[in-house]
Amino acid sequence: MLIKKPADIKSSAITSKELFLSRRGFLVQAAIAGAAVAGLAAPDFLLPSEVHAGEKLAKVQKSKLSIDEKQTPLKDITTYNNFYEFGTDKYSPAQYAKSLMPRPWTVAVEGEINKPKRYDIDELMKLAPLEERIYRMRCVEGWSMVIPWIGFPLNALIKRAEPTGKAKFVEFTTLLDPKQMPEQRSRMILDWPYIEGLRIDEANHPLAILGVGLYGETLPNQNGAPIRIVVPWKYGFKSIKSIVKIRFVEQQPMTTWMKAGPTEYGFYSNVNPEVDHPRWSQATERRIGEFLKRKTLPFNGYGDQVASLYSGMDLRKYF
Amino acid sequence: MSFEFTIQNLKFKIAKAAVFAACLTPLYCLAYFAFTDNLGANPIEVITHWTGDATIIFLLITLAVTPLRKTTGWNDAVKFRRLLGLFAFFYACLHFMTYVWLDQFFDFRGIVKDVAKRPFITVGFASFILLIPLALTSTAAMVRRLGKRWQQLHRLVYFAAAGGVIHYWWLVKKDIRWPLAFGVVLALLLAFRAAVRWSARQPSRPFAAAAEKQ
Repeated sequence: MLIKKPADIKSSAITSKELFLSRRGFLVQAAIAGAAVAGLAAPDFLLPSEVHAGEKLAKVQKSKLSIDEKQTPLKDITTYNNFYEFGTDKYSPAQYAKSLMPRPWTVAVEGEINKPKRYDIDELMKLAPLEERIYRMRCVEGWSMVIPWIGFPLNALIKRAEPTGKAKFVEFTTLLDPKQMPEQRSRMILDWPYIEGLRIDEANHPLAILGVGLYGETLPNQNGAPIRIVVPWKYGFKSIKSIVKIRFVEQQPMTTWMKAGPTEYGFYSNVNPEVDHPRWSQATERRIGEFLKRKTLPFNGYGDQVASLYSGMDLRKYF
Repeated sequence: MSFEFTIQNLKFKIAKAAVFAACLTPLYCLAYFAFTDNLGANPIEVITHWTGDATIIFLLITLAVTPLRKTTGWNDAVKFRRLLGLFAFFYACLHFMTYVWLDQFFDFRGIVKDVAKRPFITVGFASFILLIPLALTSTAAMVRRLGKRWQQLHRLVYFAAAGGVIHYWWLVKKDIRWPLAFGVVLALLLAFRAAVRWSARQPSRPFAAAAEKQ
């Protein structure tokens, strides 16, 4: 008879690592069940979350365009997201975005250009040297973060695409696949796929980047894996995530939020403390991790660099 | 209320204590999240939404007492109504304090501007104000003193609850599913009352007669 000595029994044979790690989740779910009985809605942020294990990105250069402000912790950046394809509350994307498959992935670059091409994501990521860009991010809802993005200037891709004279705007489209993005099953939320747009000179601005990572690693799914844009002087929703198509067009694109609320969300959506959202003020914001609100800056503090793009424009009219 | 010691009385007191403890559930949960560092990246937002949800839920529970009583004949349910209503007011106070203290940090100029300019805050604030006289007149002495007018006054709760739902509805960006759900429940609870009143006026009075029998 073989009697195993205690040391022969691997601890992993007793309780699986997964179960061990989910023990708190179980307790929380039990608490939620109790709360649900009491008639309360279970908030998604309490469900066990999966932290994305990103891949380290090599040879990332520093950039002079980075700001020197305290960076928001990775945990907050990856658990407090607006990504309606995975749920409308800010804790759902971290929960449900694991169904997104960032590989294999292609991005179609097309429209009014001489060099249309379908890029494989890994090829696209080598298009230009990767840079770290530490940017402020201001959400239209009145909160903000400081995020160390990794990416490269959007204008590097535009240059390669060789836009024709007709390319006045750039239209970006997010993946449409309800199997990977469960909330796309409901049209009640937004008109999928998510579409955003920039004027070509905005897209060519050195601050506008194609983001592929943050905090030194590839993008977590909930932050828009595998590729997104980051336009730091505009409200967060302009920085479209999980892009599959970049199309150069002559007419100003109709964006998803313009369709959802034409009086509330304009094409430009530049951060502007002077122009309130019809339902709430944009004068102040809460920086995640801070208690007191701070004043919102015109163009999110990037006015020196980008205000000239809008000289002569009535920013109240073109909100 | 009698202070005689009876088994019936004791049973009721225990039941009331149990309901009281259960009504604190949202607060236990908040404390638990805070203690386990589970309030997320924006704790103030979580506290605001949580106390707001609790307010609407308790208003709806309070408004469900009469329909429950009339449909099941469980008349003792009414004995818990004041407790439930005061809990709705308690969570409304917490919600309001969260806004004034944590969110605005006593920036009274900002608050006055918000209340005047932002319809969703105007409605929420008005609903909160409507609850104050109801809480103040909730004592047995006030019920006696006001007599018939007490019931008239306390119909304000319908407007407060409707205001609460509108407040929620107007604040969400796009996904109206939760405010819609609360709105539907409120509409059903109010429709029940309308149906009872309407049938009371009918000659045959089928509905009211059934209600009276109990």
